[in-house]
Amino acid sequence: MSNSKTIPNTNFPIEKIREDFPILSRKVNGKALIYFDSASTAHKPQVVIDAIDAFYKYQNSNIHRGVHTLSQQITIEYEKARSIVQEHLNAKHAREIIFTKGTTDSINLVASSFGRKFIFEGDEIIISCMEHHSNILPWQQLCKERGAVLKVIPISDEGELVMDEYKKLLSDKTRIVAVTHISNVLGTINPVKEIIDLAHEKNIPVLIDGAQSVPHSSVDVQELDCDFYCFSAHKIYGPTGVGVLYGKESLLKIMPPYQTGGGTIETVTFEKTVFADLPLKFEAGTPHISGGLGLGAALNYLNEIGLKEISLYEDELLKYATEALNKVQGVKIIGTALHKVAVISFVIERLHPFDIGTILDQLGIAVRTGHHCTQPLMQRFGVAGMVRVSFSFYNTKDEINIFIKGLEKTISMLK
Amino acid sequence: MKKPLVCLNKMTIEETEQDIIEEFEVFDEWLGKYELLIDMGKSLPILAEKNRTEDKIIKGCQSTVWLHSELADGKIIFTADSDAIITKGMVALMIRVLSNHTPDDILNAKLDFVDKIGLTQHLSPTRSNGLVSMIKQMKLDALAYKSKNSVS
Repeated sequence: MSNSKTIPNTNFPIEKIREDFPILSRKVNGKALIYFDSASTAHKPQVVIDAIDAFYKYQNSNIHRGVHTLSQQITIEYEKARSIVQEHLNAKHAREIIFTKGTTDSINLVASSFGRKFIFEGDEIIISCMEHHSNILPWQQLCKERGAVLKVIPISDEGELVMDEYKKLLSDKTRIVAVTHISNVLGTINPVKEIIDLAHEKNIPVLIDGAQSVPHSSVDVQELDCDFYCFSAHKIYGPTGVGVLYGKESLLKIMPPYQTGGGTIETVTFEKTVFADLPLKFEAGTPHISGGLGLGAALNYLNEIGLKEISLYEDELLKYATEALNKVQGVKIIGTALHKVAVISFVIERLHPFDIGTILDQLGIAVRTGHHCTQPLMQRFGVAGMVRVSFSFYNTKDEINIFIKGLEKTISMLK
Repeated sequence: MKKPLVCLNKMTIEETEQDIIEEFEVFDEWLGKYELLIDMGKSLPILAEKNRTEDKIIKGCQSTVWLHSELADGKIIFTADSDAIITKGMVALMIRVLSNHTPDDILNAKLDFVDKIGLTQHLSPTRSNGLVSMIKQMKLDALAYKSKNSVS
């Protein structure tokens, strides 16, 4: 992250790291793939692929159910993955880690369950202008159902939250604050600790959407003191279809189940059900077992390289790419916050992002174009869409050089 | 080499498709194909302002297409526009192929030339552009004019 001191990192084992990711050696449209769309989904290292492969080959069985050896062994492995997540987030207990389908599912879980228990007519929910649709829609629907009101923290032209406005929005009616840790479009790192502390002064719980932060930095949920924290495995080099909801035990305990079904119960009669303790209360049905194992493998892999090293290296890429992009005529970077991760969105005068993305794709360069599931943010900046490049620690400066040349070629073709 | 975008001759849909295939065949590389497509987009006749209305929009996820159709002498005349130049090129191709034909001919058109000129990815069912929806709308318009004709 760019708020840490950036020092040239010549020792980063980039060549070895690139070998860990099989997909990086493939070609796209006859060109070596340059993948600048990791904020959308990150590629998977061989260790993650192996973990998934091994499950189906040698370990397949259902968890928390059988007395037989396979079932018992895989239950232990699955719960180990939960402990890896717990350690990674520094949660107090493993039972505070709920496996979900992903960040979207985690937020929906909280909106539905917390909402049914605590949100009523006239109550207020605070989100921000830079939220992904996944952190807007569940709250918007909840407000509609319960007669509550959605309040939105505005942002500056640089793409930073206007904290004075946030302070004004916090009121006796506020029941929850749900904001993103890092913007998927602007790359802005939000001052979440301050946001949480301010809300807690009024006893308001806070949910943090960590989809974009967990891949780039270490997160300590106890230090942040957040009430809920969500992220997806697929953005941190793990499989799709699995994610995490961290919740404080005190809150999760009093929230009603989200979905009900197998695995969530102690006893069932036709008259009454006694639900299981955490975390199983929130994990209905057979879970994405291989996904959980893959997630554990991905976090182990990240920790082996070291999040600090990753962060320093990605900062270098961000700085390098920002300087290079600023030199390309007509490019306007949207999102120039002081504290950013390696995500750059930009527009080019008179050119449509779709056209830019299409030509770059022909050159083997994968970028994201469009509204990035943040239409209110596009409206804030008065554009229909943007081009986004997002970097991971498997990207290189050489790739950025090729991208810049490709972009110049694209501009000359389209103008 | 450039052909008029609105065919006023008596070519069938298949003949126009064949022409387009030959024009694109000249290029081995994507670069030439896309340059031709962009040129076609730039040469698309301007859509009359009165037809550039909200109800003419076919929304794709990323690029917007406006499509207008009217019936003249039993044939449908399409005019259209897009905010993205590559989509506009594809739009120009579709108009060249389908405009000025009878509803029946339009409904029966297979449009497999898109595959043959190597631009199939524009027809993939992703949310990236409005082209698939545009073809669907052109056929729906044809169906609407056909039903109207059979009723009257």
